[in-house]
Amino acid sequence: MNCINFVVPMNSCPCGFYPDRSRCSCTKQQIHRYLGRISRPLLDRIDLCVEAARISFEDLRGMGEQNESSEIIRERVERAQEIQKKRFQGSKIFFNSEMSSKQVKEYCFLGEREEELLQKAFKDCHLSARGYQKILKVARTVADMEGSGRIGRKHLYEAVGYRDLQEKYWGKEDAV
Amino acid sequence: MEKGKTDKNRKGLKEQERSEREKRYLYWLCKLPVLGAVSIRKLYEYFQSFEAIYNIEETGLEDAGILSEAQRQALIDWRGQLESCWYEYDKLSEKQIRFVTPFDQDYPKRLREIYDYPMGIFVRGDLPREELPSVAIVGARGCSAYGEQLAKEFARHLAGAQVQIVSGLALGIDGCAHRGALKANGLTFGVLGCGVDICYPSSQYAIFEVMIRTGGILSEFPLGSKPLARHFPMRNRIISGLADAVLIVEAKERSGSLITAELGLEQGKEIFAVPGRITDPLSAGCNRLIQQGAHMAISPDDILEFLGVKHQKVLILHEKNINTLAKKEKMVYSCLDFTPKHLDEIMRNCGLEPGECMGILLELELSGFVFRSATHYFGKKI
Repeated sequence: MNCINFVVPMNSCPCGFYPDRSRCSCTKQQIHRYLGRISRPLLDRIDLCVEAARISFEDLRGMGEQNESSEIIRERVERAQEIQKKRFQGSKIFFNSEMSSKQVKEYCFLGEREEELLQKAFKDCHLSARGYQKILKVARTVADMEGSGRIGRKHLYEAVGYRDLQEKYWGKEDAV
Repeated sequence: MEKGKTDKNRKGLKEQERSEREKRYLYWLCKLPVLGAVSIRKLYEYFQSFEAIYNIEETGLEDAGILSEAQRQALIDWRGQLESCWYEYDKLSEKQIRFVTPFDQDYPKRLREIYDYPMGIFVRGDLPREELPSVAIVGARGCSAYGEQLAKEFARHLAGAQVQIVSGLALGIDGCAHRGALKANGLTFGVLGCGVDICYPSSQYAIFEVMIRTGGILSEFPLGSKPLARHFPMRNRIISGLADAVLIVEAKERSGSLITAELGLEQGKEIFAVPGRITDPLSAGCNRLIQQGAHMAISPDDILEFLGVKHQKVLILHEKNINTLAKKEKMVYSCLDFTPKHLDEIMRNCGLEPGECMGILLELELSGFVFRSATHYFGKKI
């Protein structure tokens, strides 16, 4: 099967401290230029974009709040994979990400309120056709992680949150 | 009677002709990069005419003792450029650029009062109006999201009370000040460190263009001048010179904004600074200014009161009225700060699931309660 997991880290600006302005003195132009190295079409093909916060010393030493352990997360992931396996039984695919647009229509059913929300996101985030499909697939996975059969608003919101890269951050500054 | 009147008219015409001729020579002189405003003024005071400066022998220049040897040589060499300077001068009106000198009626009076007032300014759009108060808002280019918001809000409130906003069109605080003023449909003026035919930084082109139409873009530097580093302190004296008060929103210690504040102080302008946390390097400059006696600007009212402008109280720039929000929205909002926080931290504080938390934040952003500084950083909007 020709599918890969593509994971890339990157910094938010040349010095890496943005948006902490007390330490980052990169200009907006520098930041745009830096982020612009990842072209928008490439970015569009990435399903999840997450910004990581700085880790405090306490967290590093394990003195802060205890995070969920990787084993528990793994269990949840496996459960979600199990759901997907069942879903795609008889077809040639295994995961949500591989769905064709026809399958998206079939498996990512939205209620009226959810439909409304997606419409708004499509306009506000200037989604491409690919972006639209990807949001639905990610929302499907988020719902699977929770074991929920239907895609709810919160699942959609989370999916939008992983895609909603700010224009002003990656693109141009607002006019007035 | 009749005859006397025509004589007077003729005399007036002659006077006009003479001053226009003088202006053309002054234009030529202003284009010479090695001469500063004060040197040109002193030359004029000595020779009483710009045409004379053009015609004077080198020994005459030497006798005046105003210019250095190198400057004298440059001036002599520059004489060859008279024709091309005049050619350019005649083209100005086509480009809708005005060249305004201290001898003109419309030269800003505020500027005339400073020691080293520019001998010529290039203007696109209008000049600040004499009868309206004006405030310069300056600050760091690499400012925080909080500083950006403050600059916008101060400018918006001041412009809403008919105060003109002067700044330098730079990134960060400057640009936000212009944007805030434009938002309130107010007058705002940008002073450049390059020629008025160049938009520097180019990313400000959107407001540059609007300001030419609704406010003004001005510069002391001839057309085509590049934004050289040494131009900016010179530009700063015009920013503070055009204003009645100078407001510094965010500034590091030893920064260009503090130069503007210092120049403003020398020019007898009132200095206001927005206070900040003492550990915040971006507020260090402002806090220092306050320590040295600058006014503390906690709200636009502080400045409006000084200017004596009648206005509606805005009280303190403060949190929004959150009574209209739903319970969970209120909870998420209360977990936020004016300095943006990462989504993880917000989630940890309010104990909601990612999807729900993101949803509420997106809703709050749409309804104008929350802003984002980066993809997953959220802060309270002022």
